[in-house]
Amino acid sequence: MFDLAKIRSDFPMLRNGIQMQGKPLVWLDNASTTFKPDSVIEAVTKYYTEQTSNAHRGDYDLCHNMDLAIAEARKTVADFIGAESREIVFTAGSTESLNLIAYGYAAYHLQAGDEILLTEAEHASNVLPWFQVAEMTGAKVRFIPLTKEGRLTSENLAKTITKNTKIVAIAAVTNVLGYIAPVKELAEIAHKNGAILVCDGAQSVPHLKTDVRDLGCDFLAFSGHKMCGPTGIGVLYGRYDLLKETHAFLTGGGMNVRFKKDCTVDVYEPPMRFEAGTQNIEGILGLKAAVDYLQSVGMENIERHEKELKRYAVQKLQETGMAHIYNPDSESGIITFNIDGVFAQDAATLLNSKGIACRSGQHCAKLLNDFLGTVATVRASVYFYTSKEEIDALADAVSHGKEFLDAYF
Amino acid sequence: MPTFELTPMMMREIIMDHYSSPRHKADPVKDGYVSVHAESTNCIDDFHVYLKEKDGIVEDALWNGVACTISTASTDILCDQVIGKSFKESKYMIEQFLNMIEEKEYDESVLDEAIVFINTGKQAARIHCATMGWTAMKDLMEDK
Repeated sequence: MFDLAKIRSDFPMLRNGIQMQGKPLVWLDNASTTFKPDSVIEAVTKYYTEQTSNAHRGDYDLCHNMDLAIAEARKTVADFIGAESREIVFTAGSTESLNLIAYGYAAYHLQAGDEILLTEAEHASNVLPWFQVAEMTGAKVRFIPLTKEGRLTSENLAKTITKNTKIVAIAAVTNVLGYIAPVKELAEIAHKNGAILVCDGAQSVPHLKTDVRDLGCDFLAFSGHKMCGPTGIGVLYGRYDLLKETHAFLTGGGMNVRFKKDCTVDVYEPPMRFEAGTQNIEGILGLKAAVDYLQSVGMENIERHEKELKRYAVQKLQETGMAHIYNPDSESGIITFNIDGVFAQDAATLLNSKGIACRSGQHCAKLLNDFLGTVATVRASVYFYTSKEEIDALADAVSHGKEFLDAYF
Repeated sequence: MPTFELTPMMMREIIMDHYSSPRHKADPVKDGYVSVHAESTNCIDDFHVYLKEKDGIVEDALWNGVACTISTASTDILCDQVIGKSFKESKYMIEQFLNMIEEKEYDESVLDEAIVFINTGKQAARIHCATMGWTAMKDLMEDK
C-alpha cells in the first residue's frame, strides 16, 4: 500500500512548512540529494545520545554493541542489493567508491595498451578517476557511442569493446538524461571479452530494485544521501574475489593486522581493509535506517510512483508549450529541459523565486553538453515522496518562463 | 543624482536589452589588450574580459564567452561604462557597484545603468553572476 500523504508526513522537510523565497518549498532536486525521514534522523541522533562509542577499539559493552550494530548495518545493505556482507565496503559516497576501484584495483591491474570504456553521459566521478588511472598506467580511455537519444545500448558496447578492454565503467542510470542502462547485457558482453563492469549506481540504487548477482556487475558504487540517508556515507560493492585483489588507498588504523619497522604491513581482508580510521558511524547507522525505510515503502512502489511522475511531468511540461525536454522517453524520474528562450541558470533562478528547487548547469556531466548541443540545462528530479501538485507547480512556473527577470523585482 | 526613478519595468528592459544585444561581446581583433578569465563554480558562466588602455584611460573593454542573463548584462554594462574613464574613476565605480550588490553603503551617482542590479541580492545564488565581470575588470586594473 503506497500512501503518499503518510510518506510525506514522515519527512520533517516536507511537513514542517519549509519555505524558499516566501513560497512553500517544492523540492525537485532529488538527483542531487534527498530528504531524510524521522527514522534516519533518529538513528543518527541515537548514536550520540545513547550509543556513542568507537567500533572495534575496546572491550566494553558499548563498543561491542557498536560492532554488532555496524555488522547489522552491513548485512542490511548487503541484503538490499543481493550481496554478501563481506562484499560491502562503507565509503564516503559514490565518488570515494569509484576512486577506490580506480586507484585500488585498476591502477594495479591495467597496463599500457589496455582500454577503459566510458560514455559521454558519465558524471565527473566516473570519468576523472579513470583519466588519472589511464595516465598512471598508460591505458587508454575510449567512449562507447550513445544513441541519438543519449542511451547506452548493449549493441554499441559490443561494437566498441575490444580484446584490450579491461574495464567498462558506466552509470546504471545516468544523472542528466536518466536512462536505465541494460546492465545485465552489458555485464555479459564485458565478461565475454575479459573485462569487468563497474557500475555507478548513485542514480539507480535509490530508485530501482538492485540485485548485483542478477545484474552481474563486478563493482557498484552508491551514495547514502541520495537514498534518504546521511551525507558522507556511501557504499562500494565489489565481487569478493575482486575486492581481495584490491589494494587499500587509505591506510592507517583499523585496516592492518600488524606492521613492522622493516615497513612490512599485513592488512585485513575486505571489507575492513578499506575502512581505515574511525568509520563514519553515525552515517552507517543512518544508512541502515534509510535502507529499512526504503524497504518498508517497497522498491517496486518507489519505481512505479516515479515512473508515473515522470510521465506526468513530461505531459505537463509539454502542455506549457514552453519547454524543450531532452529526455522525454527515459525511464527514471529525471526530467532535463530548457525553457524556450531562457538560459538554464536564469530558469533556475525563476524557479527559485517560486520556491522550486531544480538544478541547472551541466550537472557534473561536462562531456554531455556537446552531445545535447546546449551549454546548460535545467534538471528536475523526483523521488517517491514527490507529489503531482509539485509537478504542477513546476509546470506553472515554466509557463511563466518569459518573465524570468521577475525573480529580481 | 538621477532626475527620475527607474521603474522595475525599465530595469528589466535594460537587462534584457544588454542580454539580447550585448554591445561589447567580442574577442579583440587588434593587439594591445590584456585579458583575464572569469568562471563560476555555481553557474555556467565562463568568459574572458579584455581591456585596452592608453595613458591611464580605458580605450576599449570587451568580454566574450558563455554567460547567463545576469552576468551577460552586468558585464556588458560594465564595459559600456568604463570606456573613456580613467582607471581611478573606473575602480571607484566598480567599488560602488560591488558595495551595492553586497548591500553596503554606496555612491549611486557613479553607477548609471548598473543600478538595475540593485535587487540581485534577492537571488543570492546569482550574486556572483552579477559581480564576476566587475571583479575580473578590477583585477585587470589592479595589475596596472
